[in-house]
Amino acid sequence: MPVLSEEIRNRIREEFAKYPNKRAVTLPALHIVQEASNCVSTAAIKEIAELLELHPAEVSDTMTFYGFFRSGDRPLGHRRVWVCRSISCMLRGGEELLDRVCNRLGVTPGQTTSDGSVTVEYAECLGACEGAPCILVDDDCFLNQTEESVATLIERM
Amino acid sequence: MADFEPVLLARIDKPDSVSLAGYRADGGYEALRTALEMEPEAVTAMVKDSALRGRGGAGFPAGLKWTFLPKNHPGPVYLCVNADESEPGTFNNRILMEEDPHQLIEGIAIACHAVRSNTAYIYLRYEYGKSYRVLEAAIKECYAAGLLGENVLGTSFKLDIYLHRGAGAYICGEETGLIESLEGKRAWPRIKPPFPAVEGLFRKPTVVNNVETLCCLSHIVQRGVAWFKSIGVPADPSNPRDMGSYGPKLYCVSGHVNRPCCVELPMGVTARELIDKHGGGVWKGRQVKAVVPGGISMGFLSAEELDTPLDFNGPLKVGCLGLGTAAVVVVDDQTSMVDVLYNCCRFFAHESCGQCTACREGTSWMTKILQRIRAGRGRLEDLDLLQEVAGSMGIIPGTTICGLSDGAAWPVKNALGKFRPEFEEYVRSGRQSITPADELMAVH
Ligand SMILES: Cc1cc2nc3c(=O)[nH]c(=O)nc-3n(C[C@H](O)[C@H](O)[C@H](O)COP(=O)(O)O)c2cc1C
Ligand code: SF4
Ligand code: FES
Repeated sequence: MPVLSEEIRNRIREEFAKYPNKRAVTLPALHIVQEASNCVSTAAIKEIAELLELHPAEVSDTMTFYGFFRSGDRPLGHRRVWVCRSISCMLRGGEELLDRVCNRLGVTPGQTTSDGSVTVEYAECLGACEGAPCILVDDDCFLNQTEESVATLIERM
Repeated sequence: MADFEPVLLARIDKPDSVSLAGYRADGGYEALRTALEMEPEAVTAMVKDSALRGRGGAGFPAGLKWTFLPKNHPGPVYLCVNADESEPGTFNNRILMEEDPHQLIEGIAIACHAVRSNTAYIYLRYEYGKSYRVLEAAIKECYAAGLLGENVLGTSFKLDIYLHRGAGAYICGEETGLIESLEGKRAWPRIKPPFPAVEGLFRKPTVVNNVETLCCLSHIVQRGVAWFKSIGVPADPSNPRDMGSYGPKLYCVSGHVNRPCCVELPMGVTARELIDKHGGGVWKGRQVKAVVPGGISMGFLSAEELDTPLDFNGPLKVGCLGLGTAAVVVVDDQTSMVDVLYNCCRFFAHESCGQCTACREGTSWMTKILQRIRAGRGRLEDLDLLQEVAGSMGIIPGTTICGLSDGAAWPVKNALGKFRPEFEEYVRSGRQSITPADELMAVH
């Protein structure tokens, strides 16, 4: 049984037209798979490699370079919350915010809450320094955050 | 100085700043029409004459870079739009993309016509989800309106623009790291030469330009070279190598100011004016201790250096690496430079791609030394060691492939050069400033 559905495969195939070779579809394919299944398992890597006519080691090499992708043994929670720790946020309480959010959820950066709902990570500059400290939930940015505002955001998710 | 009328940010407060209809109502895509009536070489010459310099950090003249492409190449030629914006403190590309996507698309189209490219890739950092969705919609509108695709504006010019999302790595902003990443590989910067103009994306001639650089193009085409050169700081006639700092520039102001903001001004505004006038002054009634002039890679200005003009030359004159991204980060007098420098070093240690020993080891050792100092176990010799490591890494000493390591070394050089007594006092006092967050992140 393949792990990638026909729908996922088609979405990956649709990317081929944009590039002169299939290898360039590695990042798009990894994004499509991780978005759908919260991780990219070893089986998925093999199937991506097959679609892209690459060796699984090539896909894996690219995937692991970017801290963004999660292997099958470390899947993401339902939502991923990134707390910025870079300079502009640090100067306005970003690190304390990270500490409070982690404590509140009972995790350390990188971990997922036991109910699988939220993964917390630290991030480098999110490019929203005018709203420091800020966080990213999946790929939506929220500015001028406090422990309470993050808690409210998480409750509403 | 009279208030400057924004150019690049002129439309961002309009309710309809993102739609094609809104853009066209403001005269959008007329510059492209004008450019398409010109020979590509004439557009390149115009951009060269305007002395527009790259806004991505290096300040290389855009038109000149385009002339490095091989002549009569059978193609394809590629344009890579550098939208990886990840230099800490920098967020102007994000605002340009989120609030006025068609200004960027028009700039891309003008550049592609000038360099005879029919394919542009926008390499967008993953974190910019809103930019992604806004650009995706804008590109779709352009295809539907005949502004992209086979016959742009009814001419024989063909152009496809594709959005390519990154995956959270600063090094993808370095132009050859970007190219490797786009090709589906780890983002290891390439040894140069060959430069991308000769052998770039998919081994074809390639131009890489920053979002803000490209956003200037429609205005240069429409208002002309003389207009562009009437803004900013002219070249110093006594210095034949000075290319001047012309045009409008987006300055990002963040950190310890009352009103963090992105403001558009003529090149050459001083750090003091940015802080006092545009940033609303230092927060909590405090004083400035240090200012990052253009992203942390550029180093620090001291409180005595706030009148430095932030054009391409100003920061160099006070020992900084350059103007960088013109991202100004203000540090107040209650903040420890040891903690600030540690934050910078940790960033580079995290983001070094690891292929050059001097960078991989150097960024990691500088971070470890500073963490030891912050744990109250520093020695005065550590400060010399830091300086020695910083002096040994980078393109400038010739030990690394890309400029990340020069950018990693510079905050260390400037901090120890300009704030050494504070570091010595910190070490002597045996103070420590490790926080619970440090411990959490150490677990990771
Ligand atoms: C480590 C590193 C990171 C960089 N990050 C970016 C970036 O995020 N965006 C950018 O436009 N340029 C970045 N640059 C500069 C690019 O290599 C390149 O000079 C630039 O994209 C050229 O465009 P421009 O001439 O229009 O500025 C970076 C350079 C280095 C060494
Ligand atoms: S200088 Fe650093 S980031 Fe640049 S290529 Fe070398 S190791 Fe990678
Ligand atoms: S430093 Fe946090 S968004 Fe830039």
